Amino acid sequence: MSSELLTLWSNQPALSLAIWAAMIIFMMYLGRKPSHQLLRSSGRGIYRLMRLSARTLALWQEALAERNRSIILASGKDATERAIEREFERIKDIVARDLAHYPSLHRQISDVVGKIETDYHASAETPPAPPSWLDAVEAVGAIPKSADPAVAKIMDNIHDTIVAAHDETLSAYRKSSQERHRILGKLQPLWRNMVSQLGEVNTKFEGIGDRARIIDEKMQEYQKIREGEESVLQALTLSSLTQFFIGGVVLVIAVMGGLINFQLIAMPMSEMVGGNSYIGGMRTSDIAALVIILVEIAMGLFLLESLRITHLFPIIGSMDDKMRRKMMLITLTILTILATVEASLAYMRDLLALDREALTQSLAGNTVVEANFRWIPSVGQMVMGFILPFALAFVAIPLESFVHAARTVLGLVAQGVLQLLSVCSRLLGTLGMYSCRVLTHLYDLVIMVPLSIETWVAQGRIKFNSREALPSYRYAYSGNDNQGNHSVSDDLRGGLSADVVEPELPMEETSTDSGRKTTARKSTTKTTTRKTTPRKSRTKKEDNDDAIIESNA
Amino acid sequence: MPLLKAMHKIRLVTFIAVTLWVTGCGEQGPQSRSVYMLMDTSGTYTQEIYKAQHILNYLLATLSSGDSIAVARIDSGSFSEKDIIAKATFDERPSMANQQKRAFKQELDAFVDQLKKGSRHTDITGGLLQAAEFLNETGADKKMVLIFSDLEEDLDSGHVRNFPMTLSGIEVVALNVTKLRSDNIDPREYLKRLENWQTRVSNGGGYWRVMNDLDRLERLIADY
Repeated sequence: MSSELLTLWSNQPALSLAIWAAMIIFMMYLGRKPSHQLLRSSGRGIYRLMRLSARTLALWQEALAERNRSIILASGKDATERAIEREFERIKDIVARDLAHYPSLHRQISDVVGKIETDYHASAETPPAPPSWLDAVEAVGAIPKSADPAVAKIMDNIHDTIVAAHDETLSAYRKSSQERHRILGKLQPLWRNMVSQLGEVNTKFEGIGDRARIIDEKMQEYQKIREGEESVLQALTLSSLTQFFIGGVVLVIAVMGGLINFQLIAMPMSEMVGGNSYIGGMRTSDIAALVIILVEIAMGLFLLESLRITHLFPIIGSMDDKMRRKMMLITLTILTILATVEASLAYMRDLLALDREALTQSLAGNTVVEANFRWIPSVGQMVMGFILPFALAFVAIPLESFVHAARTVLGLVAQGVLQLLSVCSRLLGTLGMYSCRVLTHLYDLVIMVPLSIETWVAQGRIKFNSREALPSYRYAYSGNDNQGNHSVSDDLRGGLSADVVEPELPMEETSTDSGRKTTARKSTTKTTTRKTTPRKSRTKKEDNDDAIIESNA
Repeated sequence: MPLLKAMHKIRLVTFIAVTLWVTGCGEQGPQSRSVYMLMDTSGTYTQEIYKAQHILNYLLATLSSGDSIAVARIDSGSFSEKDIIAKATFDERPSMANQQKRAFKQELDAFVDQLKKGSRHTDITGGLLQAAEFLNETGADKKMVLIFSDLEEDLDSGHVRNFPMTLSGIEVVALNVTKLRSDNIDPREYLKRLENWQTRVSNGGGYWRVMNDLDRLERLIADY
């Protein structure tokens, strides 16, 4: 077919090809204008469409960013509220544990203080009262000593009596002082006891003070979250990412544990539900084993939820304590029963494996040898079967972290994807538009021969016209139009947005039917620079060209 | 509004049910298998019976719960239930299936031990017909007849076996087809014998295969 087309015009392919090329170029020259319009409108269309889609994607991305922001802040707020609540719980515990005994402590301290006060009063020093006969003694003492020996003797007796009374009084005073010191000595352990009790109170109050400081910090953080500070937002986002990866790693470990558990109980399950029944391509025994494991995980979730460790099911968390405790007991019981079932299944698996091995040996004609220490793997399997369900129960904790963090991470990923799509859309739009422009130029490149001929002809005609008919018109080539896809022939035909020097008509205002004022040109000649749209400019130029042609004619 | 919610729930449940049904129908579990082994006990071929025992042991180790197995001898008139030495359909419980396998092996061992003298004639066609009947009764998804024989049929007088057999969906595998003395003189006889059996099996709707190398028994079941 192609060879026939190649030799359609001549037997010589080269000549025929040249004719084909000439025909195609001619056809392209004739269809140049609509082709350019098609390319131009296609380019603009692609550009606008892509810009529109980019804008839409950007709007979606903004909405998603806002949603992510609110989710992150809400989760941060929730976590902080929970932390504050926990601190208050701790304070409540401290108060209940330590300060509940404060009244008795206060009573003890009061007793001690009372005792100290009594002892203090008891130890107060009472000065000995001056004897009542002191004046008489002074009067007797004023009597001269050497006057009478009898008097002197009396005086001596009196002196001795006074000295004896003084000694007696001094002795009594010393005794009472000793008693006071004894009482004061007894006060020492009371003081020490009181100091230690007060120190204890101080320690307890310091603990509460520390908790109060932590609550203050949390409250400040909470306030920042409420205000939506950027630094807090970034910190929460990073925290979510970390939680997501840590939770993911732990979940992978849990999945592996689940697989091991599955391997332990899948084979013996066929003894219970049969090894030859299938549900949708899967063995019923495998499904049963899987269901047991999933039920164990569910029980673990409920158990941790009842313990208020996780908060995946708000309805469980909001139950009253009695009901929650009941639920905790039920789930723990079910979990224990399932763990026991698993342990027995694991033992049965070991027995089945032994039986199968023995059968294989006998079919192969070998004698079955009983292995030593065969009980060790049996016990190991049983222990694993019992422990793994409880280990799997704790998967609820990383699961909760993962689920909460996944919302943020997925939101961020979706945000990034939308942003990327928006950028790609913009790039594609620009690429489409410039591709169409390049195609326009390529089109002109293909038909450059007829275009050049047209240019020469048009130039010659304009020169002739400008010389002969309209000397006042001058054309100045202005370069490119707004569309950036002009051609020389277009420009010469009037497609230029050129500075045109033309006779200026006097402007006179006339009113139209609609009352709008329009301008009319007056006959005075004036040089003006018109800036009009390319289409309008081209139309006027074409009108001018028509006028020139008519005047020539 | 409640009606709308109920409708929404019904639609959801229907969608889940249909999805489960479609996914369930899309992939079925492994198909049940049924194997019938014919052992030639005529003439000098009895000397090869230990090989047949080895094959059966391999099959017992390979088949699992829900599969069926039967072993029968080829003698002068093989179209009879009396020629079935042992048969079993393995229980769904692995422990029971193991016990059945042990019992099957014991029966087979007892038969091999008490086999002293081979039959005078060889009715392979009768045995094949009996095998087809047994296999079709098991209702297994995959059916296989193993013929442990030299495929040289020698019918007793009066026995009619030259009619087409119905073996649709049954794979017939000839094992250990030994060459006779006459085959050594003219190998075309051996080839012609095999071709004849292949034609008969194929015309009956079955699939024909020959496996003489018993060291590659794993192919027997792997291809099955």
